[in-house]
This record gives sequence, structure tokens and C-alpha cells, in this order.
Amino acid sequence: MTLAHGLSAPTSAHLAIEKVSKWFETSRGPVHALDNVSLQVAEGEFVCLVGPSGCGKSTLLNMIAGLEMPGQGSVVAAGQPVKEPSRARMMMFQEAALFPWLDAFGNVMFSLKRKPGLTDAERRDVAEYYLKLVGLEKFMHANIHELSGGMKQRVALARALAPNPRVLLMDEPFAALDAMTREQLYGDLQRIWKQRNVTIVFVTHNVREAVSLGDRVVLFSPHPGRIREEFTVTLPRPRDINSVEVAGYATRITRALKDHMEHGAGI
Amino acid sequence: MKRFLTALFFFVLLIAAWHWAYARRIWSPVLVPSPESVVRYIWEIALDGSLWSSTVVTMKRLVAGYFIGLLAGVPLGFLTARVQALRDTVGVLALGLQGLPSVCWVPLALLWFGQTESAMLFVVVMGTLWSVILATETGVRNVNPIYIRAARTMGSSGLHTWVNVMLPASLPFIVSGMKQGWAFAWRSLMAAEIYVTIITGFGLGHLLHYGRELNAMEQVVAIMLVIVLIGLLADKILFSPFEKFLHRRWGTEK
Ligand SMILES: Nc1ncnc2c1ncn2[C@@H]1O[C@H](COP(=O)(O)OP(=O)(O)OP(=O)(O)O)[C@@H](O)[C@H]1O
Ligand SMILES: [Mg+2]
Repeated sequence: MTLAHGLSAPTSAHLAIEKVSKWFETSRGPVHALDNVSLQVAEGEFVCLVGPSGCGKSTLLNMIAGLEMPGQGSVVAAGQPVKEPSRARMMMFQEAALFPWLDAFGNVMFSLKRKPGLTDAERRDVAEYYLKLVGLEKFMHANIHELSGGMKQRVALARALAPNPRVLLMDEPFAALDAMTREQLYGDLQRIWKQRNVTIVFVTHNVREAVSLGDRVVLFSPHPGRIREEFTVTLPRPRDINSVEVAGYATRITRALKDHMEHGAGI
Repeated sequence: MKRFLTALFFFVLLIAAWHWAYARRIWSPVLVPSPESVVRYIWEIALDGSLWSSTVVTMKRLVAGYFIGLLAGVPLGFLTARVQALRDTVGVLALGLQGLPSVCWVPLALLWFGQTESAMLFVVVMGTLWSVILATETGVRNVNPIYIRAARTMGSSGLHTWVNVMLPASLPFIVSGMKQGWAFAWRSLMAAEIYVTIITGFGLGHLLHYGRELNAMEQVVAIMLVIVLIGLLADKILFSPFEKFLHRRWGTEK
């Protein structure tokens, strides 16, 4: 078991975040959400972002998605500066954010209908394929309110995967689920990640979750949001979130997190 | 089935009580006509065609005005929800005028348009418009912003987002606004028809009015009955499908 850390950039960066800073104007004055953040993510890499509440993880994810613009610095995806949302980078939100006026199938179709170059029959096939992939073939035409929290997240995953994005941005997607469902979804997610070779940026508060999913774990500290440390996780896959090895990594990362919280304020 | 039987039992009982009150001459027959005479009157006007022609006249006015109100109200509601300047102007105007009982538009409509179809149309539009604007505005402002963000990541923007996200997401509010608008329009049209005679068409309200002039109580009661039935039918045809859809999809129970 090795614990490598440092800021070594992977060679073929699919996402390049360069010296990004972001302020928000609020009624209580400006909030410095991100300060000089740089991060490279390689094609097909699984990167987890962890850090205390308010350290700008969601903000960074939104900027990669193109929902928010950096105040300073640049976000480049596949060689192109990010100016607006794109189906090449799909986002999964903490709440499932499914449309209640559509059924499960309709939700997956929503992202496909906007994708040009497909016939309607092809779109239907693709939607069915992804609902099967997440194990919901029996709930194709279920109303959203009839689905459990875990099933909703599965639909959201199918909806995000259906346009065949190169990057999947996941903002605490499993935070509201019970441990059993979560572990099931970890398995599904890793299987799909390997199968499709997508790049994943995954935000979580759960350090064990980060260790058992990520190739790398990036540690943030708040006020203003900064990257503090990166850990490369070299454990073989599939990983068991309850294993001693995962726990070992998690303990170190948690300790680093606490250190930064206690001593980091003035840096 | 059980619910239907309960309803049937209730109404049979109601009519029986009415008949009993009439037979016992508790009130003068001039004030309380027999159920038979009411049915006979309806039968007569159904045969001579005046029931249908006046219903058609009234419904034409109502439906035309209602849809104008709806077609103008929903986009205006969208605009007031999005544009601060419009919210401060049209929004405030709508709030004020929605509080005005829609009957109050009748005198103004008569002065502006005279005893014409336009006056009728105007009254119905005024009854519908403000409720629809306000309900749509509330609906749009209550759309969870995460739906819009999700839609944007899926390649939706501009008009596509309005039609495919904002509109369905605010549907629960819009439908309740549509119902309120319908009720207001219906009430104000009846008031207008009772209040003024319009040469171009005799509506149900005029039949009601002449029933009173002639002291023909069975006519008054019969037309009231027809008005009630049209209201129930409109609810079934216009709003039930929407409400069923909302309940099924959103999982809200009645
Ligand atoms: N739209 C906004 N307007 C104003 N301030 C904002 C906005 N979005 C984020 N912020 C502020 O920016 C900072 C970072 O927020 P962000 O949501 O990115 O944190 P986070 O790391 O995702 O936190 P959490 O783990 O609680 O989700 C916070 O201080 C927050 O208050
Ligand atoms: Mg967040």
C-alpha cells in the first residue's frame, strides 16, 4: 500500500482548470468561493473532491459544467475553453433533479431529444438501453414520485449517461441514500465507468467513499476555497468500502483534512 | 360504484324533499315551483330550441373570452415573473384588478362598448386574465432552479426551456389559476347577461332575467339548474384531465 501525494499533473489532461478564482456578490458582501485553483484531470480518470462545507466544490463542478463562469482563470475541456453547458459534460446533482411531469423514460429521453443526428427510434433504443444498464427496465414508465431515492438517482445516472458524455460531473449524488443502496450504486458506477471509459469528477463529504471510488482524492479547504493536497489511491479495483485498506487511506486523508482546518486558516 | 350510488341517493332525496315541500304548500307555488314544472319547462325549451341557442350564445362568449384571457395571461405571467420592471407594473396592476369583483367590469364595459358582443367579451376577458397572470407568475417563480440547470446541461435553452421546462413545471399553479379564471369569467358573464340585453344573441342570463320579469319561477329555477350543470360539465371536460395528470405525475392526492 502506497500513499502518493503531490501535485503531479497527468500527461493527457482532458479537463484543465487553470488558476481559477471566483467571487460571489451577496447581501453580506463578496464571498471568495475559490482562490487560484488549478486541477488537471486525465481522460478516463476518476477524481474525487472532498472538503468541508462551503469550500467551493459545487462551484468548481458548476464551472466545469459551464453553468457558472470563473471570475479569473480558465476551464478547458478537451482542448476547448468552457463557455456554456454541453452534452459532452453531464452533471448529476445532489437532489436527483428529475422532472416530475415526465416518467422515468421521458426523463432519459429529454437529454436525447436535444441530441441531433439520431432518429426517434434510435433515441428510444438508447433510453431503454441506459435504463436497463442501471437496472430499471421494469420501471421504465413509472412516475418519478413512485420511485425510491436510490431509484431516482439511478434514473438521474441513466439520464446523464444517455447522451454519451465524455465527462460525468457528480455533486454528492449518493449523499441522501442509505449505506446498502449506496454500496450497490458504487458497484454500478464503477462498472459503467470502466465500460464507457468516461472521465468522472465526483464531489463528496465522505472520505471513505472518495477513497473507494477515486484514482485521486483532492482535498479542499474553505474561506477561500483552495486545493490543499492530492492523494493518489493505488488500491486494486474493485474496492470494498469496508476494507482495511480503504479505511487506512481514509484515516490519513481525514487527519490531513483536520490539520488543514486547524492550521490552514491564515495561509 | 359505491360513490355513484351515494351521490344518486343524495340527489334523489333532495328532489323528494323539494317535491314534498311543494306538495305540502309550505311556500307559495309562485315562490317554489314543483320539480315537474321545472322539468317540463326544460323539456319545452329543449324542444323549441331556445335552450340550445341560448346555451350556444353564452358558451361562445365564455369560451372565446376565456381563451383570449388564457392566451394572453400565460405569456404575460411568464414575462412578469422574469422581468422585474413588468412585475412592478403589470404584476401590481394584476394583483389589484384581480381583487376587483369581476362584476364591477360590467358598467365600464357598457360605457366603452355599448350593448354589444364586445362588451360581453371584455367582461369575460377581464374575469380570466388577472387570475391567470398571477397564477402563472407564482408558478414560474416557484419552479425549482435546479430543473433549469439540469435542462441547460442537457442542451435546452431559450424557448425550448420555456415550453418544455418552465411551462410543465409551473402547471400545478397555472391549472389552479385557470380554474379561478374560469369561475370569475363565468360569474361575470352571467351578471352581464342578466344586467343587459344584447340584440345579437340571447344567452342563458337573459332567459333567467326574463323568467324574473314574467314571474315564472320554474323558468328561473330551470335556468339556474342548467347553469349549474354547465359548470360541472366544464370542470369535468376542461380541468379534470389536467388534474388527473397532475395527481398521477406529481403524486399529489386530492
Ligand atoms: N450563487 C451563489 N451566490 C452567492 N454565494 C454563493 C453562491 N454559490 C455559492 N456561494 C458561496 O460560495 C461558497 C462555496 O459554495 P459551494 O456551494 O461551492 O460550496 P461546497 O463546497 O459545494 O459546499 P457543500 O459541501 O456544503 O455543498 C460558499 O461560501 C457559498 O456561500
Ligand atoms: Mg456543494
